[in-house]
Amino acid sequence: MFMAAAIALLVSLGLVLIRVLKGPTIFDRVIAGNSIGTLSVLLLAVMGYVFGRPEFIDLAITYALLNVIGTIAVLKFFRYGDLGAGEDEAGS
Amino acid sequence: MEFLFNLILLLFLAAVTIGIIGVRNLFAVVVLSGAYSFLMATLLIAMDAVDVGMTEAAVGAGVSTVLLLSALHLTNTEEAPAKHSNVLPMALALLTGAALVYGTWDLPRYGDPDTPMNSYVGDEYLERSIPETTIPNVVTSVLASYRGYDTLGETAVIFTAGIGVLMLLYGRRRKGDDDEGGDRS
Repeated sequence: MFMAAAIALLVSLGLVLIRVLKGPTIFDRVIAGNSIGTLSVLLLAVMGYVFGRPEFIDLAITYALLNVIGTIAVLKFFRYGDLGAGEDEAGS
Repeated sequence: MEFLFNLILLLFLAAVTIGIIGVRNLFAVVVLSGAYSFLMATLLIAMDAVDVGMTEAAVGAGVSTVLLLSALHLTNTEEAPAKHSNVLPMALALLTGAALVYGTWDLPRYGDPDTPMNSYVGDEYLERSIPETTIPNVVTSVLASYRGYDTLGETAVIFTAGIGVLMLLYGRRRKGDDDEGGDRS
């Protein structure tokens, strides 16, 4: 059961990887990169059950938090063209 | 089965690395290196190096993405075409890679129980860690309990470095405000 899920996750990881490598536009790459983070979180959680170490699920949750930081940085870069400036400083 | 998992993840890593070499858009390189870090951290955790995996995820996928994007703000997003021939860097990279592969020949096999690191003090830690410290993860108990003073020293060094960086940044920003006429105190 968990094995089938893990294999399915690996296959989808491969598909998303093709998108992040080929991705015609930059937005394809950003979405695919974020999906890689999400899929590795899921893979980590499932892998813990496959290999009999379910403690991995804590690490998977921490990964999910880190994935959010990276994506927020990318989105803020798109919005303001800079990461240091706040909303009031971006225009000046 | 675990071997097959690691093999597939390593193949993914190789694919991402070749992609990074081929892509000329630096923003795409940042996204790809974030993906690389996530795959690498998953592989490290699958190989039971949990602490290294967490560091890779926090530094590689979290902080380096932020730092690289900040650096990207100061430059072009397109990589300039190479002015010099690529032969010398290629030869240097191949030489370094060959030296690293040569170095792995002396390493013990992965998970070998007869290596020095698994024989003497490692057994003591495994036997005494849970009765003495009641911490379920042995790596944590070694770092935070048996080598607690060592870790405290490392934390003090990192704390000092952080304060230094903050003072540098704060000084620069205040000077910039003065140049603008001091509209913000």
